[in-house]
Amino acid sequence: MRRFWKSIYKYRVAYAYVAPFFILFLIFSLYPIVAGFGLSFFRWDGMGSKHFIGIENYINLLKDSLFWTAFRNTVVIGVIAHIPILLGGMALAYILNSKLVKGANLFKTIYFMPMVTSAVAISIIFTQLFSNNYGLINYVLKLFGAEGYNWLGGDGSLIKVAVIVMNAWKWIGWNMVIYLAGMQGINTDIYEAAKIDGAGHVKTFFSITVPLIKPIILFTLVQSSIGMFNLFTEPFILTNSSWTGGVNNGGLTLMMYLLGKAPQGGTAYGYASSIAYVITIFIVLCSLVFNKLAEEK
Amino acid sequence: MKRTGKKIVLYAILIVIALVMLAPFYMMLVMSTLETNEIYSFPPHIWFGNNLVENFKSMMEQIDLGKAFLNSCIVTFSQTALSLLFCSMGGYAFAAYDFPGKKQLFAVLLGTMMIPFTAGIIPWFIMMSKLGWINTYWGLIIPYSANAFGIFWMRQYCQNNVPISLREAAKIDGCSEWLIFFKVVAPNLAPAYAALGIMQFVNSWNDFLVPLMVLRDNELMTLPLALKSMISDRANDYGAIMLASTCAVLPLLITFLCASKFFISGLTSGAVKE
Repeated sequence: MRRFWKSIYKYRVAYAYVAPFFILFLIFSLYPIVAGFGLSFFRWDGMGSKHFIGIENYINLLKDSLFWTAFRNTVVIGVIAHIPILLGGMALAYILNSKLVKGANLFKTIYFMPMVTSAVAISIIFTQLFSNNYGLINYVLKLFGAEGYNWLGGDGSLIKVAVIVMNAWKWIGWNMVIYLAGMQGINTDIYEAAKIDGAGHVKTFFSITVPLIKPIILFTLVQSSIGMFNLFTEPFILTNSSWTGGVNNGGLTLMMYLLGKAPQGGTAYGYASSIAYVITIFIVLCSLVFNKLAEEK
Repeated sequence: MKRTGKKIVLYAILIVIALVMLAPFYMMLVMSTLETNEIYSFPPHIWFGNNLVENFKSMMEQIDLGKAFLNSCIVTFSQTALSLLFCSMGGYAFAAYDFPGKKQLFAVLLGTMMIPFTAGIIPWFIMMSKLGWINTYWGLIIPYSANAFGIFWMRQYCQNNVPISLREAAKIDGCSEWLIFFKVVAPNLAPAYAALGIMQFVNSWNDFLVPLMVLRDNELMTLPLALKSMISDRANDYGAIMLASTCAVLPLLITFLCASKFFISGLTSGAVKE
């Protein structure tokens, strides 16, 4: 026992160096996560006493049609937005990696610009671009002979399209840079061999490049599924800072619904905690599935 | 000949997408110079107007831009500085010392990276109000000032770039452990500080959710909150709002354009293994 303390003392500097992280983690991350699980079994308005109600919050949640609207919106936005982000990001990375074009750094810089831009500012700009009567997007559509749409109003169903477009615009460059780094790690001999075998660019892309950077693709999927389940700022600003997600709750996401219950829009702390845990379960499930896929050969 | 045709198609794709990426930024700049009734007109104005000065006056009546800018700087700089200190200390300890329990602690550290923090958002908020941190910057600075990824990343860097002999030599010279860290180790970490610092800085500068939950008073608002406060259900002065967006976006964007290579590798260092 004394030897134990002696060695602790001997390395006290090392312990002092790692202590801030572990102390802050215990207080500000671990404790809230554990407490949140407990709180999800209570009814509490944040002021008075807490009432233990078992799994009633979770049962109510399953019966809560607005929760399911938020869930559906979040999944629809998440899944559809990934199509341009993934495919576009990979196609752009492949083009820039192919040595057929010059100025790769310039294009990289331009595509990456949204990543250093405030989501609030971006959303404010897109609110104008998507404006029904005066927006640039409807103007361009009309130039090409199409009709304009009431993106952010109408029956609310197009709000999701606006959020998807914004997310694709924002994340395509980020994904491209990561895929490009992965592609640059591929030995060029493989491409030479494929060329000699007479494989075209499309075939090379799908049968060599994609399988080789599969782990990287799945890594970005884990990251972005976490991001999608926490999606809040963009739809919040696009729908005029409402907690209900605009017309017919068309832009209501899970995170927005959670914050609207508490602490921002209301005081249903226990209920909000159960929503937080359900979101967490979805995130964990997504991560598990993608990690499992990454392990497979 | 076929190759040239292919090249033209590829360039066309890249340029069209580049224009789509740039268009929102361009329109932001254009709308900052337009009267609100020019913004509310069809077809949309796509060239600069001459209402910039008026928009500026109107913006300054609605928000205290200088104060918001200063607030953002206070929060972002202190959060970044503190997290660089804690992450480099932690990373260095895991790289250079062989203390008992190191393996286990490091495994725990890696494990914490998998935990989704959304689960604790409500108790986190309650904790902020119990600590009296609502309406202060403590809630924005302290909880995120040491993160697992930063420590992990600093450890990698220390292992590859800070030779242990450096520490031994300094020890023989009679330096205390703290002095060794600040005088000998930290200066060697400059590239790692820069990359991690960029990541922290950008995230903190643009953060919206946490300030929205924690800050209430107008005088304390950071830039994203000040921007949001300009939008209401009533008639919005969109020229002024666009100018405020420009002011919030431009400093970081210009810095990025000046050192884009540096920024891109810094911001993606969590995802790209070298």
